[in-house]
This record gives sequence, structure tokens and C-alpha cells, in this order.
Amino acid sequence: MGCLKPRGGQRLSTVLARLRQWRPGRGLVIAVPMGWMLLSFLAPFIIDFKISLAQVQVAIPPYTPMFEWVQDKALAIRLHWHNYAFLFTDSLYIRSYVYSLQVAAIATLFCLLLGYPMAYGIARAQPATRNLLLMLVVLPFWTSFLLRVYAWMGLLRNNGLINNALLSLGLIDTPIQMMQTDFSLYIGIVYSYLPFMILPLYTNLEKHDNTLLEAAADLGARPVTAFLRVTLPLSLPGIVAGSLLVFIPVVGEYVIPSLLGRPDQLMIGRVLSDEFFANRDWPVASAVAILMLLFLLLPIMLFQRVQQRNQAGES
Amino acid sequence: MRITGVSKRFGDFTAVDDVSLDIYKGEIFCLLGGSGCGKTTLLRMLAGFEQPSAGQLFIDGQDMAGIAPYERPVNMMFQSYALFPHMTVFGNVAFGLQQEGLPKAQIASRVADILDIVRMGEFALRKPHQLSGGQRQRVALARSLVKRPKLLLLDEPLGALDRKLREHTQFELISIQEQLGVTFVVVTHDQEEAMTLASRIGVMNRGKIVQIGTPHQIYEFPATRFVADFIGSVNLFEGQLVEDESDYVRVACSQLPVPIYVDHGVSAAPDASLWVAIRPEKITLERQQPDSTDNWARGVIRDIAYMGDMSIFVVLLPDGREVRVTAANVARKSGETFTWDDEVYLSWDASSPVVGSG
Amino acid sequence: MSRSRTAWVVPTALAFGFAFLYVPILAMVAFSFNNSRLVTVWDAENSPTLKWYSALLQNQQILEAAELSLRIAVLNATGAAVLGTMVGLVLARFGAFRGRTLLSALTTAPLVMPEVITGLSLLLLFVALEQAIGWPAGRGVTTITIAHITFSMSYVAVIVQSRLSGFDDALEEAAMDLGAKPLTVFRRITLPLIFPAILSGWLLSFTLSWDDLVISQFVAGPGSTTLPMIIFSKVRLGVTPDINALATLMVLVVALGVVGSALLLQRQQKRLLRDQQLAASGD
Repeated sequence: MGCLKPRGGQRLSTVLARLRQWRPGRGLVIAVPMGWMLLSFLAPFIIDFKISLAQVQVAIPPYTPMFEWVQDKALAIRLHWHNYAFLFTDSLYIRSYVYSLQVAAIATLFCLLLGYPMAYGIARAQPATRNLLLMLVVLPFWTSFLLRVYAWMGLLRNNGLINNALLSLGLIDTPIQMMQTDFSLYIGIVYSYLPFMILPLYTNLEKHDNTLLEAAADLGARPVTAFLRVTLPLSLPGIVAGSLLVFIPVVGEYVIPSLLGRPDQLMIGRVLSDEFFANRDWPVASAVAILMLLFLLLPIMLFQRVQQRNQAGES
Repeated sequence: MRITGVSKRFGDFTAVDDVSLDIYKGEIFCLLGGSGCGKTTLLRMLAGFEQPSAGQLFIDGQDMAGIAPYERPVNMMFQSYALFPHMTVFGNVAFGLQQEGLPKAQIASRVADILDIVRMGEFALRKPHQLSGGQRQRVALARSLVKRPKLLLLDEPLGALDRKLREHTQFELISIQEQLGVTFVVVTHDQEEAMTLASRIGVMNRGKIVQIGTPHQIYEFPATRFVADFIGSVNLFEGQLVEDESDYVRVACSQLPVPIYVDHGVSAAPDASLWVAIRPEKITLERQQPDSTDNWARGVIRDIAYMGDMSIFVVLLPDGREVRVTAANVARKSGETFTWDDEVYLSWDASSPVVGSG
Repeated sequence: MSRSRTAWVVPTALAFGFAFLYVPILAMVAFSFNNSRLVTVWDAENSPTLKWYSALLQNQQILEAAELSLRIAVLNATGAAVLGTMVGLVLARFGAFRGRTLLSALTTAPLVMPEVITGLSLLLLFVALEQAIGWPAGRGVTTITIAHITFSMSYVAVIVQSRLSGFDDALEEAAMDLGAKPLTVFRRITLPLIFPAILSGWLLSFTLSWDDLVISQFVAGPGSTTLPMIIFSKVRLGVTPDINALATLMVLVVALGVVGSALLLQRQQKRLLRDQQLAASGD
């Protein structure tokens, strides 16, 4: 049998074939969104950091430049770290950070306590009812978030619907102060973020194999035991995903605390906004943002890991 | 197709290890092996979805290195059929011809022809979800054959079908192949499928080709212990070479009362340790001790499985070993009926055992 | 199986949860027909009335803001759909490549990032860019749209990636095997199959943009006031009935959309089921 080496012409055609492969197109599809995100998501944080090291001044823009050409053409870099020092020493900021983390944690817990049974109920329902229930969960999400928070204002005010109803029923004599308390804040947050907890939980629970529970029952486990030892552990990725989807954004929440929160204890999102809009102190606002980002870095990375694993699991 | 020294490595793991083989035009070649033996990886390299880490692939003398799947004269029938759910049967089958840029009229006629061959002509306007498993398989076959490829690759083609349909489809596949003259390469773990379909089989184990031959050769003359064990059921004995002549050998087994006499020569070192394989259908059951000085054993019937067309006897040897014997149930009323706990003698003739040292 | 003692938990949670979700909305809808300015006292003799709806439709400020929000939302949804689909495709189908972890991280982060951080950072970016190269000149529709696309595309990416992981990539391999080049494969096989996912991504992005307040506040400029910004300033001042009317209209539109698509989906599923049952008898 002769040796079949490709002849010159054939070798050329394979080289051409390799060139014709989709490499350039492939690179483009990766580069375009990557470029966009690098420019509009990553770069801003770097600029944020740079400005947090500047000093506020009355100018446009209202901060000192970091790089300045001095007389003898030398580059002077001015870094003002006092913004960060300021944040750490002024108790207002420390308390706001702590308060925000606390509110986020408690709100996440409430969302979990209410959302888990709901997600569970929807996942176990008949397919026809399931779609209806899902639709009902998602529907409020599609209507204006702002208006729904506003709706709660109408209900919780001293002359609001709830108080009026209770007064007219004679159950109370004077209106209960519900607005601008921790209570109204939690109601607003749980109300707005509940779908974010329910949906990942539902996606996870819906995939559970029913025969696992049948096997548990067959082996003598009562429903509660089967739930605690089979369903709950398997739903852990959903719990983590849902909790992070609620916790992380709530830390920086602005709208709900502004409308329903306490005026005497601000959440950090509100602090940032005030520094920026009210005080026109961009450097301090930037420092607040960078610190918030640092706190949330670990939860965000955890969320990324969970997301990747969930995506991989689906294939 | 010529495969020379092809290997595929994924990190530390070698899926295909230095495989070389030739596939001839017009034959049905089967790659047979258990899961993880590398047969699917080899198939995907033929199709162009993986590039070899080493070695070369030639189709009709043309080197396939760097040639993308859509440029190869090869088509594949996927294990999951991979029918396009949003297209009709017609659309699915016509897709490949559309990529060749053929005129519509020609496409229509070629699609109609192939659909007739697979007997799916009246389902042309249905969508995949409106078809049963067997119907989908025929559409997948039509789709991969309509381009008249030089080579058709089939990945576990009968795996998803139930037993009756599988038997029926096996013969249909062979007849279509003969009709069209396309070279088939079939990958399967089912040795029955391989034995029925293939004109030649390549047995694979852990990335390597262990033996290539016709079904008869593989079954009757397994080259290694692995092949003997993998194909069909077999009784394996170990023994020492006692007499080694050019036209016969004698092997002494501790488990048997008399040596095994084989009527052909074996190339092995003197006093070598050998395995001897005897197929269950080559052993006969008798009530009397045979006269010869070789090739028999004594045992007790421990189990009988009545399969309708044949019976399987499991015979317990004195040392606790079990030997499998099959016998066709030829007579309605057989004179010799064996039953559980019967003492029997097993005998076989000198041409039945296969001896090897590998 | 005997009824367990905790069987009441799930139905109660469901009932309470849905009541919790819908009572405020229903109250708001009801009071949009209330004649009195007092949002919480039902003026029984003069209600129900449509006067707040007519006031709404004559409010130039609100109408202009709505039109602006609409424009931005459409631009955003389309841009996000394109970019997000690219990312979803890349992450689901392109295997490993240099920078994959980075791309994955960059597109997952916006899903959870607090809006005040994204808003502030983007504004600082726009200001710095304006100083350096003169674009964007002032903040307005362009900056708001860019900002919205940045976080919307993450949602589209997640949806598309999910959908792609869910279906057999043997389909794409089969198309290539039959002679289709990668672009053809995308156009004729992948795209039709992920189209529903892209569509829901588009709708989701539209809603997120239409609804967005915090980021818009940071990156908007004079003359580019979005609807949420107007609503927010009105709401801070107090609860007024024309807001109720606006809310009701939005709820109505959304409800029709969601219910409509749900019914469509249900009809499709029923037909699919019927076809499959028919097919199964065909062997």
C-alpha cells in the first residue's frame, strides 16, 4: 500500500480551509459585548475610585483633578485619602452601613420565609394552575415598581386605608404610626423583592424528582422529615440564588427607604444620593460607593459562582 | 477511509490511543465497545467535530486535517436524531441539499426519492414532534443519506428503539445500505447489533482497537480474553500448556478432570499460562461419562433458563465454578430431559476451544 | 398518605402572599375612580368618576415624560436584545476562551449591583468622557439609553444562555454536518429556536427601562425627564389621585399583555401535547 501524503495542492486547500473557519467572526461576537461591558461597567468603577481620591471644589466638574501638569512639566498626582478617613470616623456613615446590611439581611429572611412556601406551592401545583400562579407572581413585577411602593404609602399612612378601616371598625382610637418606620420599610422591601426570591426558588423546586419523595415515604419518612432531609437540601442552590438576588441590591436601596423608611436612620443608598445631589460632594459620594462595592464584593462573587453552576446544571 | 495513528487527548485523559484502521468502500464497519472506550470520540473525529491530537485521517486519499464538518463528504446520523424541531420532515431532509445550492426542483425530487426509500413519503409535511420514535429515526436516516455522502456515520442508531422495532430496523438498514451503496460506520455498545449489521467489526477497549474482523472471526477466534468475554457469553478456563505441537495443544486446567485438547497450534512459550474459551453452544450435556481422555467435565445442574427457542443450563463444577451450556430446544418431546440437581457430563470437541495468552 | 400537621403552611402562605401582593394594587385601582382628592376616603356620592383619567391625559408634563420613557425603553430593549443574545450565545456555545470568566463576571454583576452604585459610576464616566473627548455632550436620552442597555443586557444574556443550555447542541452539529457554515447555522437553526427567549428578554428590558428611577436620576440631564422621575417627585409631595389613574392604566396594559401571552402559550402547549400523543401511536 502506498503512502498517502497530501500533495502540494491539497496542502494549500487545507490551509485555506483553516483560514476560512469562523475565527474572525467568533472573535467579533465575543469582543463587541465584552468591549461594551468593559467600557460601561468596569471602567466607571475605576473612575469612581479615582474621584474618591479627589477633593471637592466648586467647579465643573466639582472635584479636583488627579493628574496635574506643574510648571516644570512634571506630573503631580494628588491622592486625597481623607474622604475614606472621613467615612470611617464619622459615625453617621458607619451606622448607615451597618443599618443597611442589617435591613438587607432581615428583609432577605422575611422574603425567604414567605417566598419559600409560595414557590413550593406553585411547584407542586397542577401544570395548569402552576402557570396561572406564576403569572400572578410575575404580574406585579411588570407594573411600575415605584407606583406599587406608592400604593403602600396610601395604605400605611396615618389617614391611610388601613388606619381608616381600623378606626371605623372601632378597633383602635388613634391612628397607628406605620409610615416611616422600620415596619413600613420592611413591608416595602419584601413587597418589591418577593418575586426575586420566588422565581429562582421555583425554578429549582420545579426540577425536583417526585420519585425521591416517594422513595423517602416508602422508607418510612413522614412528610415533614422527607421535606427537611430531601427537599430542603436539594433546594439549597435556589435558596442561595434567591437570597443573594434580594440581599445585594437591597443593601443599596434608595427608593423604598426614601418613601417608606425612617427619617432618622438612613440607609447607605440614601446617604450616597444625598452626598451627591444635596451636598454636591462627588468625591465623598464616590468613596461611599467604593466602600459599598467592597462590602458586596464577596456576595457578588458568590452569586456569580451560583449562577454559573445553575447554568451548567441546566445543560 | 484510512485512519493512521490517530489519538485524542483531553488534558490527561487519552480517549483514543493510536488507532489505525482502513474502512473499505461499500462496507458496513462497526466500532464496538463499552462506554468510555473511545468509539464515539473516534466517530466525532471522522465527522470533524473533534480534531485529532495526533495522527491523520484520509477519505479517498484526501487529508481531513483542519477541514470543518460542513466541508467533509461525510454525514452523520446522531444518537438523538437531532431533527430540527421548527422544520417539517421535508424541510429537515432538504436542508443539506439547500446548503449545496441546488435548484429547488432538483431538491424536491431528491427529497421525495429518499423519503420513499425510508417509507416516510406521506409524512413529508409533519413536524418532528408529530412523529413517533421510529419515524423520527427514518427521517434522520433520510436526511443524512440524501446528500449521497462517501461515508455515513451512525451513532448508536438502534439504541432508542424497542426490541421488536430494533430487529426490524436492523434489516431495513442493511437493505438500504445495499441499495444505495454508501459506506457505513456504525458505533454501538450492543454486540448483537454489531453482529447483525456489520460486515467487519472493530472491537475497542480503553481507546485502543483490540481486534478487527468479520463477525464470524470475532466470535469464533477472539484474539484476546477481553474480546472473548465481551462478545456473547463464554466459559473461560485458565490452564498450563502441557503439550505444544504444531497441529495440536493440550492444556491442563485445575478445574477440569481431564485436559483440554485443541486441534490447532498455538504460539506461546512453553509452560505458558493460557486462557481457554469455550462457547456455551459448543458444549453438550450427557448422562454417561464420555470415553475420551480429554475435553469433558462432570457437574451438577444448578439452574435452567427456558428461553423458548433454547435453554440455558448453569452447571456447577466440583470446585464451585459455574459453566454455561446452551442447547436448542429442537424436539417437542425430547428423549433426554435434564432437570435441576441432575448429575451430568459436559463434553465438547477438539475444534471448539479457543486458546490465547493475551 | 395521611394529612400531615403542617399541611396548612403552604396554602396559607400562598393565600397570604398573593393577598399581600395584590391588595395595594387593587386599592390603588379602586381609588383611581374616587372623586375626592383624599386618596383614602371614598367619596361615595360622587364616585366612581373618570375625572382623574382625563386630567392625566391632559397633563402635558406627564405625557411628554411618558413619550420619552417609551422611546428610551424601545431603544434600550432592542440594544440589550442584540448585545445580550451575543453574550448568551458566547457563554453557552463557545466553550472555553480567553476572557470567558471576565465576560461571565461582567454580565452577572449588573443583575445584583445596587442601582446607586451603577448610576453614580456611569455618571462619572460620562462626565470624564465629556471632558476628555467632548462626547457625550451633556446628559440626555443617549446617556440614559447607554446606561439602561448596560444593565438590561445582563437579563437578556441570562435568559438566552438558559434557553441555549436547555436544547440539544446536536442540532447545531447536525446542521454543520449537513453543510451549513456557522453563520447559516445561527440564522436558520439557533435563532428561530431561541427567538421566544430573545422576545421575553426584549420585553423584560423594556419594562426595566420604563420603570427605572435611580439610574435615570443620575445620568439624566435637564430636559430629559423620564416618567418615573416625574412620578417620584409627585409622590414625594404626597399621594394624589391622578397618580392612581396612571398606575391603573399601567396595570391594565401590563395585565392584558401578560394574560394574553399566557393564553397564547397555553394554547400552543395544548396543541403540542395533542400532536405528541398522536405521534406516539404511530410506531
